[in-house]
Amino acid sequence: MINFRYVRPTTRQACVTALVSDPTAQFIAGGTNLIDLMKRGVTAPEKVVDINALTLRSIDKQGSGIRIGALALNSAVADHPMIRQQQPLLTQALNAGASAQIRNMATMGGNMLQRTRCHYFYDTALPCNKREPGSGCGALEGFNRIHAIFGTSDRDPKTACIAVHPSDMCVALVALDATVLVTGPNGERRIPFVDFHRLPGNTPERDTNLERGELILAIDVPDNAFARHTHYLKVRDRNSYAFALVSVAAALDLSNSTIRDARLAMGGVAHKPWRLLDAEKALVGKPATEATFRQAADIAMQGAKAFEHNAFKIRMAPSSIVEALKTAARPA
Amino acid sequence: MEEYTLKPGQIGDPLNRVDGRLKVTGGARYAAEYNLPGITFGVLTTSTITKGRIRAIDTKAAEKAPGVLAVVTHKNSPKVPGYNAGTDNEGSRVYGQEFRVFYDDRIYYNNQPVALVIADTLERATYAASLVSVTYNEDKHQTNIKTQTEKAIKPERPEDYARGEANAYKKAPVRIEQDYHTPIHVHNPMEPHAATAVWETNDKVIVYNKAQGVKLAQKDIMKSFDLKAENVRIHSPFVGGAFGSSSRIWPQEMAAILGAKHVGRPVKVVLKRDQVFNMVGYRPRSIQKVGLGATADGKLIGVTHEAMGLTSTYEQFTERIVHPTKSLYSSPNLNAVYKLVPLDLSTPCWTRGPGESSGSFALESAMDELAYALNMDPLTLRLKNFADKDPENDKPWSSNFLKTCYEQGAERFGWSKRNPKPRSMRAGDMLVGMGMSAGIYKAERAPASARAKLLADGSLVVQSAAADVGPGTYTIMTQIAADTMGLPVGKVRFELGDSSFPQAPPQYGSHTTASVGSAVHDVCVALKQRLQELAINKQGSALYQASADDLVFADNAIRLKGRSNGVTYTEILKLNNLPELEVTKESKSGPEKETFSTKSFCATFIEVHVHPATGMVQVKRVVSAVDAGKIMNLKTARSQVLGSTIWGIGMALMEEGVIDHRFGRYMNKDLAEYHVPVCADTPDIDVILIDKPDPIVSPTGAKGIGEIGMVGFAAAVANAVYHATGKRIRELPITPDKLV
Ligand SMILES: Cc1cc2nc3c(=O)[nH]c(=O)nc-3n(C[C@H](O)[C@H](O)[C@H](O)COP(=O)(O)OP(=O)(O)OC[C@H]3O[C@@H](n4cnc5c(N)ncnc54)[C@H](O)[C@@H]3O)c2cc1C
Repeated sequence: MINFRYVRPTTRQACVTALVSDPTAQFIAGGTNLIDLMKRGVTAPEKVVDINALTLRSIDKQGSGIRIGALALNSAVADHPMIRQQQPLLTQALNAGASAQIRNMATMGGNMLQRTRCHYFYDTALPCNKREPGSGCGALEGFNRIHAIFGTSDRDPKTACIAVHPSDMCVALVALDATVLVTGPNGERRIPFVDFHRLPGNTPERDTNLERGELILAIDVPDNAFARHTHYLKVRDRNSYAFALVSVAAALDLSNSTIRDARLAMGGVAHKPWRLLDAEKALVGKPATEATFRQAADIAMQGAKAFEHNAFKIRMAPSSIVEALKTAARPA
Repeated sequence: MEEYTLKPGQIGDPLNRVDGRLKVTGGARYAAEYNLPGITFGVLTTSTITKGRIRAIDTKAAEKAPGVLAVVTHKNSPKVPGYNAGTDNEGSRVYGQEFRVFYDDRIYYNNQPVALVIADTLERATYAASLVSVTYNEDKHQTNIKTQTEKAIKPERPEDYARGEANAYKKAPVRIEQDYHTPIHVHNPMEPHAATAVWETNDKVIVYNKAQGVKLAQKDIMKSFDLKAENVRIHSPFVGGAFGSSSRIWPQEMAAILGAKHVGRPVKVVLKRDQVFNMVGYRPRSIQKVGLGATADGKLIGVTHEAMGLTSTYEQFTERIVHPTKSLYSSPNLNAVYKLVPLDLSTPCWTRGPGESSGSFALESAMDELAYALNMDPLTLRLKNFADKDPENDKPWSSNFLKTCYEQGAERFGWSKRNPKPRSMRAGDMLVGMGMSAGIYKAERAPASARAKLLADGSLVVQSAAADVGPGTYTIMTQIAADTMGLPVGKVRFELGDSSFPQAPPQYGSHTTASVGSAVHDVCVALKQRLQELAINKQGSALYQASADDLVFADNAIRLKGRSNGVTYTEILKLNNLPELEVTKESKSGPEKETFSTKSFCATFIEVHVHPATGMVQVKRVVSAVDAGKIMNLKTARSQVLGSTIWGIGMALMEEGVIDHRFGRYMNKDLAEYHVPVCADTPDIDVILIDKPDPIVSPTGAKGIGEIGMVGFAAAVANAVYHATGKRIRELPITPDKLV
């Protein structure tokens, strides 16, 4: 770890300015990801801009939805009565992530911007196009058990990347049609959650569509009619404190047993939280039966592509989708 | 179980750990916590290639970095005389040439230490270590045992064994033959390995480290630096878990000692977690083949166990992988072969149940497969092949309550409710599986000494160069001493972890209680003898000229049987004008032990729930019945079995050190990615301690309990998974991907 300067501005503008003025500077919120990456030499900011003095912690009713401040803690959001009642899928996804101790430190913004857990990204002695553009992708022909099956970049060795985004929370937020409110050198803007994270394309070093210096202020989650039928299913190598091999966020709006509306997304399968719009369409108007769910799962899996060690995801993902939908459909 | 009431602190009493308070309040000092005057911090720079030679090593930038005192490499390192002594393997525990720290330009494994950067703070040393720049001439390496099996060699110290006819299983009416694989396990104790070294004079060094055997560490360092015993002192009073990984001297000790010599100040070296994966040993990967043949009614007639393990290119590490097979079941014909594949990795080392844990996975999975082939209950099959004496050498067992383990375990578990058909039992959506296994582990006793000092205030200090890496040795030894002396535990202090104390064997192989416990027992008996002599030979003593047969030792005193008059220990010292009374005694087993086979036994019963859609396995219930001889402390003994169980769950379901063989580097070298069980993976664990004294192993009746619980455990889980799903997983760990 290198020596770094530490600043703690008290206004949003000052935070943005502090970042833009220094090409290596990075924001720090809970620090549960950034500090690890600094210790491992994966990232080496010469300036760390602590944003914790900003008042971005609140969780409020806002119009026809809930606004969650970027600095709200993962545990505080998961436990908030309004979230638990109106957006239980978010609570479930948050509680499936990390450990209680980490959730007590981790923030919403930090969770969205956590980096991949790809082994090659973490080891500076190995090639990784995300960490060091042009150095190659260690995972492509390496140990790729935890890697992506959708939307990968695997043609050009100089830009290849098959990493996945590791967040659980983001899988729920993408399913729930959330919007991200950011501010930056060019003022405020809103980014739909589905467009927040990127596929690797030929710039795998970029995880998201945030511009340099942009600061996440809040996440808006619109009201919905799913609260009675949601399920977040996380498949992992142990029963807690492990990243998802595959995860599924499922939300259903049922009338008797007909599906009026549905939301479906997967984690652990792509470089971004993977929204399954076509599968959702196939659910709407159909009876909430296993046959319907299987059909949706088949649609969801179209275009999946496995590598040497992650072929199991092609079996695990559809059965997990069916399982999550079945559980969501059960009477609340 | 026999009913008896225990006095607090008496042998068997579930006394709380005497060092518990120190541990939870931070009062127990660990190897990395000795901040001696003038302390400096050493951080290792490690290789990024797996095999080859260092072409150039540029330390200039590191040396110029703030706070840096020196950078030690093979170019400027103080010499280690022992490194040039050639390969003297007489008496060494691992055959070959030990890894030599900063010795030359050779790279034998990835993440190998190439430089030690010493600075005034840890942070500065850490930063400067990243500035050391190394270039290499790289050679082609091999780290994958699976592709190198044709390079297997017979070790210099073979473990092969045969009785009757080889491969007799092939002719049996019912037979199975299967391959089994177990992965690398990294011990990963919570406390990372650390060493602080101080040269008091030019030829006198003190090392604060974490050691399972301070005497062994002392000997290794004496040999390396050509020093006399009184000039090497090892301190290791507290160890935050070791599991075999602190059973020899490793690079952190050598680097600290060399660094301290180089800068003339104390140097502390703490391994980073990823370095723990490469530098302090690991359980080697194994590839095994087991063939079992039986008569139609389930009598084994032939057993074959072929095992292959990996080792480094510079040493041959062998473990007891085929040992359970030799002794667990009576089969007239048995052959066991063990080979090693040398690879470009660091040398493995003993890991809880070293060999037995991996070997028993193969054997006990195969027994389950045979039971299905026979259409016989797996417990019945084991009972049918129970060995009345040790079939390896025809010696009688010193004690064997394996049948009691089977009986009580099955009863407590409800084994009779199991429907043997795979996929036949369910709980809601979950597939329910029940599996079992047996375990066997050597019960040894090594010579050990202890010193007992009775002080003027009537308190007792007992010392032995033993270790307590977590099992509760401080507590048990305190209990044995207090019980033997008739003192309350509060009056006894047991000290260990100092190489200046009387000789004790290292804490591995589950033999501390039998060895050191016997020494503590015997030294207290000797001390009592001395006290008795002093009490009956001294005029003025209330027991003057009393007959020894009429005396009892209790409540800090010697008294006449059935009477209240006597003398307290304090009075005896006072009467004899003694400020204190000290006795040292060596204790070892007699020749009769050689005529017996001495083992601990266990039976494990497991219930798993498997989620059919996701392949996730949850161990729901564990019943572990253990025959470990007399139990010294119900609580610490049970904790040992709980620890084995939890590691067993990890071994069965999640633990694996993964290497990308193209690079020879570990992929999951942190505790986020190297999975061990967490609370959510840990079920209700029912431990049955048979608690019958063994008359031969030790005078206290104890055998050993530290490892037995792991032997066979992973197989019991795999057998339960088979029962639940109909899928036989022969390569550990049983992760969800293998079941969907
Ligand atoms: C052992 C372990 C296990 C874990 N397991 C899981 C798991 O199972 N599931 C899961 O989802 N997560 C898991 N996590 C990840 C955890 O959720 C993240 O570390 C955490 O959410 C990051 O939040 P933070 O506030 O600590 O971020 P920080 O570490 O402070 O920051 C992370 C990144 O976000 C940027 N950033 C932070 N806030 C803002 C903002 N407002 N605007 C712009 N940029 C910002 C920082 O610059 C930095 O680049 C695990 C972490 C660990 C260490």
